[in-house]
Amino acid sequence: MNIALTPVVTMTPDEALVEAYRCLMCWDAPCTRACPTSIDVPGFIKRIGTGDLVGSARTILDANILGASCARVCPTEVLCAGACVLNDLHERPIEIGRLQAFATDDVVFGGVPLFDVAPPTGSTIGVVGSGPAGLSCAAELARLGHDVTVYDAHGDPGGLNTYGVANYKMDRSTALAEASFIKGFGVDFRQNTMIGRDVSVDDLLTGHDAVFIGVGLGAVPPLGIEGEDLDGFVDALDFIADLRAGQVDISGQRIAVIGGGNTAIDAVTQAAKLGADRVYLVYRRGRDEMKAYPHDIERALSSGVEFIHWSAPRRVDGNGAVESLVCDRTEHVTDDDGTVRLVAVSGSEYSIPVTMVMRATGQEKRRSFLSSIPGLATDDGGRVLVNDDFRTGNNKVWAGGDCVNGGKEVVNAVAHGKAAALDIDRTLRSDDQGSTTHGSRG
Amino acid sequence: MADLSVNICGIESPNPFWLASAPPTNTGDQVARAFDAGWGGAVWKTLGDEAENPIENVYSRYSSIDINGQRMAGLNNIELITDRSLELNLIEIAEVKRRYPDNVVVVSLMVDSNADAWDSIIKQVEQAGADAIELNFGCPHGMSERGMGAAVGQVPEYTCDITGWAKASATVPVFVKLTPNITDIRVAARAAKNGGADAVSLINTINSITGVDLDSFTPRPVVGNQSSHGGYCGPAVKPIALNMVASIAADPFTQDLPISGIGGIATWEDVAEYILLGSTTIQVCTAVMHHGYRIVEDMTEGLSNYLDSKGMSSVNELRGLSVNKVTDWQSLDINYVVKATIDQDKCIHCGLCYIACQDGAHQAIGTKRSDDDKTDVWIIDDLCVGCNLCSLVCPVQDCITMEEREFGQTHMSWNDFTGEDPPGELFPRPKHGITIGE
Repeated sequence: MNIALTPVVTMTPDEALVEAYRCLMCWDAPCTRACPTSIDVPGFIKRIGTGDLVGSARTILDANILGASCARVCPTEVLCAGACVLNDLHERPIEIGRLQAFATDDVVFGGVPLFDVAPPTGSTIGVVGSGPAGLSCAAELARLGHDVTVYDAHGDPGGLNTYGVANYKMDRSTALAEASFIKGFGVDFRQNTMIGRDVSVDDLLTGHDAVFIGVGLGAVPPLGIEGEDLDGFVDALDFIADLRAGQVDISGQRIAVIGGGNTAIDAVTQAAKLGADRVYLVYRRGRDEMKAYPHDIERALSSGVEFIHWSAPRRVDGNGAVESLVCDRTEHVTDDDGTVRLVAVSGSEYSIPVTMVMRATGQEKRRSFLSSIPGLATDDGGRVLVNDDFRTGNNKVWAGGDCVNGGKEVVNAVAHGKAAALDIDRTLRSDDQGSTTHGSRG
Repeated sequence: MADLSVNICGIESPNPFWLASAPPTNTGDQVARAFDAGWGGAVWKTLGDEAENPIENVYSRYSSIDINGQRMAGLNNIELITDRSLELNLIEIAEVKRRYPDNVVVVSLMVDSNADAWDSIIKQVEQAGADAIELNFGCPHGMSERGMGAAVGQVPEYTCDITGWAKASATVPVFVKLTPNITDIRVAARAAKNGGADAVSLINTINSITGVDLDSFTPRPVVGNQSSHGGYCGPAVKPIALNMVASIAADPFTQDLPISGIGGIATWEDVAEYILLGSTTIQVCTAVMHHGYRIVEDMTEGLSNYLDSKGMSSVNELRGLSVNKVTDWQSLDINYVVKATIDQDKCIHCGLCYIACQDGAHQAIGTKRSDDDKTDVWIIDDLCVGCNLCSLVCPVQDCITMEEREFGQTHMSWNDFTGEDPPGELFPRPKHGITIGE
């Protein structure tokens, strides 16, 4: 984190002004209502228009401390910009994401001190995981005067923002600059530090007045098909992490990515943009069943990705390294009781010549870590159960982000972390025991 | 295609579009290019007596205000009258008139306040071929401190006297250009008419400071570490100018005085408005400084198409049609009722009408979230005072309109209502706010 970070410029001042002036400044603005962190969108855009970029950044970051990364990775098409009333005026919606990056970059990358930190409360809080949920929680608590220590297993902070977001969506430096900005509030980051290995769960719980768990999800588990150990068969998240570390050259490769969600889309689009020879997205169902956002699917298609629907991987062939992905055709069959099942069509086996295969079929839950926290309960899917204030079954432990909702957007994790922080603060100030009703917050 | 030619105090102009005395008419080359582009006339940038009043300009000269990205919604200048020699200007005037005999060249003049000075310069510009002269009694900066320009225009007696001197010398029509930096433009217009003016041109620029550089604290335009008030023009001044034009056109004493209307004109619609309120020709400066002479193409075509759509064969049929529609407030019908109505199919749920009415007007719009989480709005009819505000802020064309309501109410002005024998009842007004004690 000692290297100088510079933002990838998303908008020139002239572009930003023109765009800012297009905003109607709606009353009870639908963009703000659509934002999980309730950013006052017309308020920050108005300030861009008047040249008050510091005020604009404060408006954003006060609501969402990761405003710079959310500006880049948020699916604005289905959130703020999707709610923009200009859509109904048969105009382009305001480019809220790009404006938000424009407004926050100077402040976040410049480390401009926007917020006062309250006098020390004497309380100490441990935050596990420095992804969006953890960073959000840590920033909020630090601003409130608490002593915050963040434990993270990776070399750099930021979690998926640093390691797991495709480069075409967000550069790594934005994630690192944000973490650095938050460090400015006095947060102590302990990188390369895994709970249960380097720090015991017991020390974590006894060493802090409260703990926030924002550990996200784990790796994409193996599919359990033949050939998965061949050279060139990888976890799509590892592929993206390697890319972000600058260690990958995929020119000339023929790549198949298995899955239909956001990670699969990120991987194929990134691979296509980096000059892979052919990029296939292999999904067992149709376009309508994909979990990826329509705008991301469009972008993948326009980047040259070939979609292979209704196909399930059977095995990977190769001599030491991947040579081809063998699939079955799939189809939906309706049982007598009306249940729709996906089945492989017998005798439909075919093979796609490829040099790389990635699995992007969903991350696994961090079950073993979560089970090591006394009192913490999970649902059947492995998601941490919390109450409305993100407190877990352990009275001293709160949780948020992907480990609670099973994997959603950065902005959802930020909202969780902030809400948990506010409840931790309330609790520590009043010694409140909190609600004991716990449920899934998926 | 309607005939756009006009005659103003005996001068035939191929169309009513003239350039105002300003930077766009600084040189013969410019005026020639303007005539090539389609301008009917040009008022030459003001000439003076360079021996008595040498001219040197400062760096810089112009400043403007931008409104939400619209550049130069208002323009301010501290430029003086021509800084080119009188001899050169006279040669160019003669050359332009030789090449463009059908276009109108009016020459703006400003010299010291003595009859000989006016006589001398008027004779010279007539010799050069000017179709008319325009007395610059309006320049608000630089020259006014030397006892000319607005210093004359702001004193009716001076305006009358100097107009008289000019008329005594001139054989061509004399236009008097009026300053708006007064309290009642009609007094200035009457003084010009009393002095024998053949026509008036208005408005000249308005005293202004467009803004302050927030880093150096120096107002704009910046000259070193100082500034000076300038003359304001451009789209922002049009409403002020229209009112002044209309008041001269309606004044019984000056209603026959031809008017060359000036102030914020950029489009054919602006031109039509000036003509409707009594102008015979119009003059343009800022819009040309912004976009060049080519804007006259739109003016020509647009005005012609408009006249065609109104079934008029000549622009002269349009002149003054709105003059009598401007009246004193006391003469307005206080029983005329309009109410806002919202076309819900067009509404985009921005809530702007709601908040404008709620905080800025008369609390006559209701709102709630719809089932699909949109901001629904509706007019509370019995609270609506028909003020127009919601229709003004609505970003959607024809979404909020004002509907006239007939309740059988009697046409009645304030004067009627407060007179001895009112013709009817006052239509009941909405009641607003919480009454203490109720």
